Amino acid sequence: MKLAVLGAGAVGASVAELASQYGHTVTALADSQSAVVDPDGIDVSTALERKQTEGTVGDAEPDEALSGTYDVLVEATPTTLGEAEPGFSHVTEALSQDKHVVLANKGPVAERYSEVRKAEEASDGTVLFEATVGGAMPVLSTIADFDADKITAVRGVLNGTANFILSRMAAEGLGYEHVLAEAQDLGVAETDPSFDVDGTDAALKCVILANVLSEGTEFTLEDAVVEGIRDLPSSALDLATEDGKTIRLIGEVSDDGVRVGPRLIEENTALTVTGTRNIVQIETTHAGVLNISGRGAGGPETASAVFADIGRLPHEE
Amino acid sequence: MCRGDGLMSESEDVHAYTVRLELTDRPGELLRALEPIAETGGNLLSIFHERGNLTPRGDIPVEVDLEATPERFEAIVDALKAADITVIEAGSDRYSEEIVVVLVGHLVETDLSHTLSRIQEASGASIKDFALSAPEGEDAASSARLRMATEAGKGEEILGAIREIAAEKELSVIEPLGEVGR
Ligand SMILES: NC(=O)c1ccc[n+]([C@@H]2O[C@H](COP(=O)([O-])OP(=O)(O)OC[C@H]3O[C@@H](n4cnc5c(N)ncnc54)[C@H](OP(=O)(O)O)[C@@H]3O)[C@@H](O)[C@H]2O)c1
Repeated sequence: MKLAVLGAGAVGASVAELASQYGHTVTALADSQSAVVDPDGIDVSTALERKQTEGTVGDAEPDEALSGTYDVLVEATPTTLGEAEPGFSHVTEALSQDKHVVLANKGPVAERYSEVRKAEEASDGTVLFEATVGGAMPVLSTIADFDADKITAVRGVLNGTANFILSRMAAEGLGYEHVLAEAQDLGVAETDPSFDVDGTDAALKCVILANVLSEGTEFTLEDAVVEGIRDLPSSALDLATEDGKTIRLIGEVSDDGVRVGPRLIEENTALTVTGTRNIVQIETTHAGVLNISGRGAGGPETASAVFADIGRLPHEE
Repeated sequence: MCRGDGLMSESEDVHAYTVRLELTDRPGELLRALEPIAETGGNLLSIFHERGNLTPRGDIPVEVDLEATPERFEAIVDALKAADITVIEAGSDRYSEEIVVVLVGHLVETDLSHTLSRIQEASGASIKDFALSAPEGEDAASSARLRMATEAGKGEEILGAIREIAAEKELSVIEPLGEVGR
């Protein structure tokens, strides 16, 4: 397939770099300032080198990426709240041209799900977004395989940064600020970690899950009850540990809605993953509980989910 | 434990369990729910059929007390679920459900003993043990772990009461995560 990749950050660059290994051709790559477009396939390594040295990927305008030749738009621009722009407009623009859309960007499917679905209905294109929930882990495709109405609840650890911080705090008895600084040095936490430690990122993933599971009722971030880990003193973790338990940032999607917050859990259960690892538990009607665990973030990891989606798109050979 | 009925006599480790079910209001439903218990080798002790007390969905809540080995009890719960019978709660010893929460905030300054007695009053649960950790002096947030004993099935109610009291005192509650697969 021919791919137009919007966003040349960790995810977009990985998608562009790995596309040929999956048998795809990148015909456009754009960042916020520039684009490189070629219907026969762009020179990916030159574009990415230029991104490194000059900060731009090419000489074309970013808009040109969307109007060029491609089968699939890969949307990997920053996740934004509310209007979910520019991602949302990218999605609807591609669909109006009857192109497929594969999202890494959570914004459009978390904040404007029914509009995205409506635009998809009016288009010959299909929208998939496995990468938006749990990076490399096949969460949405598993839900689709089991059928959303045979699933009663989903919960899990959906943010690696928060999980890293809490598991370090518990293991070392260190305070939040100390562990956060360490995580930032290691590149596990961003300079502004708000999205991760305030629970927003996990909540967006849960909202997307709720949208998929509830066919009909639309959820947005506003519908989620969200609590972060910023104010958690290490004494709380100590008390949990003393009792054979620990505290993790858990996201839950059930009949009661969407909820994200620090929760007490047993120290040695499937849910108690350590470090940046993620886990999702899917409660099914006929098959008990499924655990899916793995890397929830990272460029190549997230790109893997993007390629899995591209492989699932309807296509004529 | 020595017992006459063949199926149970082979196992030593028999416990009393309470299972709470919700049955649709249809003739034969109760019988259908009891079948898996008998078939799997559980020893029925009592059935409490709360007629007239319908759930919001219009179902009839039923409480079944039985004896079985832990393995058989698990098999019974699985069989009930497989028969599409709604199992609300399944546990041993119905008065021994335990809830542990951690409270975080200015616990001492907001009158801890008052907080605890209010929680006990409002929730009807008894506080089994309590641990306080306030390592960083007066200004910093401290934490307390509360372990409460309650009747099975009352967990959500108790958490609700704790949430309310905590909100009044600007404390945060770290709640336990319920079991999956209920
Ligand atoms: N990183 C992960 O592990 C991960 C996992 C799952 C999902 N995601 C989601 O995937 C998306 C990309 O993540 P990332 O980590 O790659 O982010 P990133 O490193 O911040 O990269 C974002 C890229 O989008 C570009 N961009 C911004 N506005 C644009 C516009 N209007 N048109 C075209 N490009 C535009 C940026 O351009 P400049 O370079 O010019 O600033 C940048 O190259 C986000 O929505 C994120 O939430 C990420």
